[in-house]
Amino acid sequence: MDQFAVKVFIRLRPSVLDPAGEATKSASIKLGAEGIKSLRIGKMIEVKIEGNGENEVREKIDLLCDRLFANTVIEDYEYSLEKL
Amino acid sequence: MDNFTVGVVVFPGSNCDRDVSWALEGCLDIRTKYLWHESSDLSDVDAIVLPGGFSYGDYLRCGAIARFSPLINALDEFVKSGKRVLGICNGFQILTESGFLPGALVANKNLNFICDDVELDIVSSKGGWFNNVDEKQTIKLPIAHGEGRYHCDSDTLKKLVDNELIALRYKNNPNGSSFDIAGITNEKGNVLGLMPHPERACDETIGGTDGLFTLKSLILK
Repeated sequence: MDQFAVKVFIRLRPSVLDPAGEATKSASIKLGAEGIKSLRIGKMIEVKIEGNGENEVREKIDLLCDRLFANTVIEDYEYSLEKL
Repeated sequence: MDNFTVGVVVFPGSNCDRDVSWALEGCLDIRTKYLWHESSDLSDVDAIVLPGGFSYGDYLRCGAIARFSPLINALDEFVKSGKRVLGICNGFQILTESGFLPGALVANKNLNFICDDVELDIVSSKGGWFNNVDEKQTIKLPIAHGEGRYHCDSDTLKKLVDNELIALRYKNNPNGSSFDIAGITNEKGNVLGLMPHPERACDETIGGTDGLFTLKSLILK
């Protein structure tokens, strides 16, 4: 069995308003940071997972992302995978 | 109808389960039974309410974890059989997360947790959830949510409009919901999800009775 470290990134779809991102952008500007054009907040999930090879692990992670980690009505996801 | 029993689902973090039960039993004389989320036996209930609250602490997304409970798995057959399911607030979120209703509920536009009474237009009487309100097409119900902004893509919105699936719209949209949507039904009409709390509007002494009809309609066949 191989072990993998997976980092899943979940973002609100571009069409979904992100009020928390807007509020953070506003605070960033108040802090004095210049040039911020857009700021959106997502989530990152770290998973350590075992499987027989990368393909099998990708299948598992796809299922997790599609059914649980992200709600694809409002969110997109992508992930990176590193063999340990 | 004497034996008609409404199942009120209890998740870890539900907090309107007893309000719903009080409104059904105390105000409408309808028998209720609490259903722990780990139960998948729905054989002795005739309708189901998914009450408001914060199931699983709203972890990941509101309703995302509750969706995987044995009870929600069993709900598919219950809904297909035509029995009625009412999802209130967190219950609505669970119904969208589990795919019984389209769209999603996301953080309010102004990021505030809004606790208020709102005026609502009854848009469709599909399923009989709001029928015969004495020709009064507007009702007032309380809302209490931080993540009640209804969101769907334009194709879904068109389907909702074309098929008369939008049950309620806010008169003064408090949370930024698409198309002012406060509640929707499935195509068959036997599943209703809404952000406002009808169970908190069932007695004049607590501010109104506009929620009675919706709860009473649980006993419709």
